[in-house]
Amino acid sequence: MMRALTNRLVILIPYVWLLFFFLLPFLIVLRISLSDLEYGAPPYTPQFSFSDGWSVIWEKLSALDFENFSFLASDSLYINSYLSSLQIALVSTFLTLLLGFPLAYGMARAPDGVRPILLMLVILPFWTSFLIRVYAWIGILKQEGLLNQLLLWLGVIDAPLEILSTNKAVYIGIVYSYLPFMVLPIYSTLEKLDESLVEAARDLGCTRIGAFWKVTARLAVPGIMAGCLLVFIPAVGEFVIPDLLGGSGTLMIGKTLWTEFFNNSDWTVASAIAIILLIVLVVPIVWFQNAQAKATEAGG
Amino acid sequence: MTARWSWFNISSVVVGFAFLYLPIVLLIVYSFNESRLVTVWAGFSTKWYSELFQNQGILDAAWVTVRVAFISASVATVLGTLAAVALVRYTRFRGRTVFTGMVYAPLVMPEVITGLSLLLLFVAINFARGFWTVTLAHITFSLCFVAVVVQSRLVSFDKSLEEAAMDLGCPPFQAFMKVTLPVIFPAVISGWMLAFTLSLDDLVIASFTSGPGATTLPMKIYSQVRLGVTPEINAVCTILIAIVTTGVLIAALLQKRRAFLGNNE
Repeated sequence: MMRALTNRLVILIPYVWLLFFFLLPFLIVLRISLSDLEYGAPPYTPQFSFSDGWSVIWEKLSALDFENFSFLASDSLYINSYLSSLQIALVSTFLTLLLGFPLAYGMARAPDGVRPILLMLVILPFWTSFLIRVYAWIGILKQEGLLNQLLLWLGVIDAPLEILSTNKAVYIGIVYSYLPFMVLPIYSTLEKLDESLVEAARDLGCTRIGAFWKVTARLAVPGIMAGCLLVFIPAVGEFVIPDLLGGSGTLMIGKTLWTEFFNNSDWTVASAIAIILLIVLVVPIVWFQNAQAKATEAGG
Repeated sequence: MTARWSWFNISSVVVGFAFLYLPIVLLIVYSFNESRLVTVWAGFSTKWYSELFQNQGILDAAWVTVRVAFISASVATVLGTLAAVALVRYTRFRGRTVFTGMVYAPLVMPEVITGLSLLLLFVAINFARGFWTVTLAHITFSLCFVAVVVQSRLVSFDKSLEEAAMDLGCPPFQAFMKVTLPVIFPAVISGWMLAFTLSLDDLVIASFTSGPGATTLPMKIYSQVRLGVTPEINAVCTILIAIVTTGVLIAALLQKRRAFLGNNE
């Protein structure tokens, strides 16, 4: 009796919390994205009350329409924001992989005593504020910044490069901020990799590079996939990086949503943007969850 | 993997870590710069730190942030641990798929969506925005991180220990507190620390859910960063980095000591 009650509470408490603070808010966003501006704009009043009765609720439901969505489709600003977010996220994910894989590979092959220290060093920046890490790049990338000073002093360039306030700075910011997310899953698959498989491939006549591609890289695929999803999904909706490092020409959907909400106070359009963003991301998110669930079942 | 550390491996590790750490090091170095111009070195000085401690706005924001982080991390740790137990121990209950989805989704959900949806919830239920709305929002997203951290530890826990305690007449709650909790405690502590730093760092969700009188430190930093880079912000950032780094290093050392003691027993 007591046991059953405890069991039930263990599930119920976090369940109810997440239903109320995670799922319900989404339904409200969906609801507002379908309403007209005068209902959705501040001062926005609660639209459902339990005293209303079904007929009133039904009447309100039938007033919903897809106007905000057709507005989004009609204005190229929004479509371009989505496309450009996807493009920026895709390119940065690839660049992160390019830098992250050799780092993870090097870490996994490090001597036993060194490895825990290296792992610690990758995790440490993850604990440091995102905002601070993005801010640190402003001083480096700006016109009279440290990078340009260094390059001018070395004589590599004659005139300062324009990096801050362009998409280049956004790529650098995303690669930098999300690098640990890429390195950690790849490292954990590579660390478990059985080196004798590579040796077997070599014995069977594979070149070193051939063995790397056919064995090491192939077996690291789950880690690579997890890393790429962990970078790609949040990067699509990124706000801080394009806002601080990008310029007026940098279109990203997270920034557009923020502007729509805070500067234009248009809650209905902001909600519609959020819904579409979610639809765009639902496939990679479900993919990530399945991988996560599989990894858990496999023991960690 | 056996260790055969080639030159290629070493250099990719060096390049990777240089990229990860150089910007932070430069930021710290320039917080001790005499000049207001952040890119010109004009000698060592700690004047920006003393100026910082006279800036009431920043001090107030720091106090709000610490309180939000402390409360939200503590509640999130309890809820997240429960969620982890539910996920690992109960493989079959109605709505488990929805539950799993709700635990994992916030890990990758773009912050703008989480922030906007929580704000609309608070408006819909007529909850005045301020300190408590930020705290509730932070509890919600950090409980999922705690759940994942604790879950990975629970998976490897030998359940028969707890069952043995119950067979010997221990009530389930007590068996959990006396047997399971001590074993998973390191994970619970790192979950708390993760939740604390996540809350300390968050800008986007706080901006959406905050109200008058509840400006957090990241919100304050952000509004000043938009006006340009200043040594004062470098000083705030350096202090934050120092606090977080010390905390993480202490936690790592404690865990190492525990593992060491455990091996000797």
